[in-house]
Amino acid sequence: MPAVDPEADDNHITEVGGTGVPIPGDDIDTDQILPARFMKEVTFDNMAEYLFYDARRDDDDELNDHPLNRFEGANIAVVNTNFGCGSSREHAPQALMRWGIDGMIGESYAEIFADNCKSLGIPAATTDHETVTEIQQWIEDNPDGNIDIDVEDETVTYGDTTVDVDIDDAMQEALVEGIWDTTALMYSNMSKVEQTVADLPYADD
Amino acid sequence: MSEGTLYDKVWDKHKVTELPNGQDQLFIGLHLVHEVTSPQAFAMLRERDIEVAYPERTFATTDHIVPTQEEKRKRPLEDEKSEEMLDALTTNTGDNGITFFDFESGKQGITHVVAPELGLSQPGMTVACGDSHTATHGAFGSIGVGVGTSQIRDILATGCIAAEKQQVRRINVEGSLGEGVFAKDIILKIIQELGVDGGVGHVYEYGGPAIEELDMEGRLAICNMSIEGGARAGYINPDQTTYDYLEGREYVPEGEAFEELKSYWGSVASDEDAVYDDEVTIDVDDIDPLVTWGINPGQVVEISQPVPSPDDFDARTDREAAEQALEHMDIEAGQSMLGYDVDVAFLGTCTNGRVTDFARAAEILEGNTVDDDVRALAVPGSETVRAECEARGIDETFIEAGFQWRRAGCSMCLAMNEDSLEGDEVCASSSNRNFIGRQGSKEGRTVLMSPVMVAAAAVEGEVTDVRRFYDDDPADALTADDVSEVAD
Ligand code: SF4
Repeated sequence: MPAVDPEADDNHITEVGGTGVPIPGDDIDTDQILPARFMKEVTFDNMAEYLFYDARRDDDDELNDHPLNRFEGANIAVVNTNFGCGSSREHAPQALMRWGIDGMIGESYAEIFADNCKSLGIPAATTDHETVTEIQQWIEDNPDGNIDIDVEDETVTYGDTTVDVDIDDAMQEALVEGIWDTTALMYSNMSKVEQTVADLPYADD
Repeated sequence: MSEGTLYDKVWDKHKVTELPNGQDQLFIGLHLVHEVTSPQAFAMLRERDIEVAYPERTFATTDHIVPTQEEKRKRPLEDEKSEEMLDALTTNTGDNGITFFDFESGKQGITHVVAPELGLSQPGMTVACGDSHTATHGAFGSIGVGVGTSQIRDILATGCIAAEKQQVRRINVEGSLGEGVFAKDIILKIIQELGVDGGVGHVYEYGGPAIEELDMEGRLAICNMSIEGGARAGYINPDQTTYDYLEGREYVPEGEAFEELKSYWGSVASDEDAVYDDEVTIDVDDIDPLVTWGINPGQVVEISQPVPSPDDFDARTDREAAEQALEHMDIEAGQSMLGYDVDVAFLGTCTNGRVTDFARAAEILEGNTVDDDVRALAVPGSETVRAECEARGIDETFIEAGFQWRRAGCSMCLAMNEDSLEGDEVCASSSNRNFIGRQGSKEGRTVLMSPVMVAAAAVEGEVTDVRRFYDDDPADALTADDVSEVAD
């Protein structure tokens, strides 16, 4: 991942868009998104290849009709409830990002997963079951249609329809202000960190 | 908003400042590192030319990918990718002055087993690790949070994470446990009642008589599975049990320094009149052992209860999940889990890979043999656990019963080494996750249970009420017939 400069303009993420891919199912855990056996690599470079590896293949290892196989090149993933639950592995959102996903729309996400998305600059919008199902169906009917997530206005536009969505306040602020690179943010407070440490009874080493 | 809870106090002590994005910058007092989630973070640090801010507060071990067979633990490891990861960890910790409990140290093991037993995890600390089960350390009255690789980078670079405070739910656990029922059953009961997403947005404070009675190892098992209940962290207020456990451990100071620390530890416990965002009571009086019947840890029953039907659930998502679970596990609603055929018995992990877990399981195995059709694996959570079990002769009992006695690691909990389910094998497992594919085979089936229940399943070759192995009152034990009577 390239070093991110919080002062640079391109850190501001106000809008993401492109074609969509529905990934239906509740409680899709990170073991499914990125099976553990593919985590044995010291970089994230190849993670796109392993995304939903098992789900995308049938028993004789041929690619099946999993949406990720049918909607290659998509930018917006549309998911259901509690997406990304289970293990905290950042390999999962890294794989989605490297596959091409720039934004997520879903009913809900596991917290660590949403946090990881934020660290990568991927907005994760939420909305209700009906809307998600409708967008998933719309993508099936319009595989080349454009979906936009407006991070600032908290809306999603697909075709001629615009709907309101929710984006967690901290995530929205971080993305829009271009301050999602927390390392740079916190690094500027190191003198305060030292004070905090000095006051901790267990850390006087 | 909670007030006066341990969570509030520890948070405030570690809060550096509020960040412009509204999150708090929180100092991490103990950062645990392992081979799978850290190499990318170290690489990011190098790219930015930043040094590790607090190497002395950072400790590494290797657990996920390590072979557990004695003869396979020679470097370089047979599996090239595993060797590459181990090598990266050796270099990264060496270059940055971080203590690494490698094979030679004799202390290698699962992060969440190693840090508690060495006295690294202490009350009133913030603990972070690139692993979701970091909640485990809350057993000491600390805040343990699992983080992703970008946050590992943050901690390495600044000693801090950016985080939002969660709500605090107090879980009062009332009643006392009968024979053969342990901490693992309590946490499975809690997840059964509150659901796998019941804890979202919350940390859990566990308390009440049933919790206070537990030893530290039981408390670790409870806090470990907070994450399976959807909570980001879980903790138990420190008390005499906590202090007694810590005193004399390698990383715990002695003498006056210990007394000083102890007064800090006492001061962070939740106040009598602490305010919680939410409070629930769970009664575990005389519960039966619990086992999962499905593909998430919330799909769990006391063994006296039949497998539920999808229609028993109100929420659409729960109904669909139940249908999928029945199909995957190849069971019928209304059936008892007792008698469910078992091919593999797996004892270990950061939930139940500690000395008492093996000691209690050994009581069941004593004088018994593992069923001919069962492959049984005992994998100590750490080399320290292994050494102590061996010193006490516990390993002998396992080996005589027909278990394979292994070296420390995560092993078949997630099958990143060669220990794996094959095909649609059923595993009686003391681990914490029964997701499809978790144990290395996408047709594989996992039944979560306590260590003694794993031992009983290994002997009988099927899910069994362990209480029949305690000689006091075998009549207490249930069979499948009792359950179908209940179901009818
Ligand atoms: S034992 Fe299992 S749950 Fe625990 S750290 Fe290892 S893989 Fe994760």
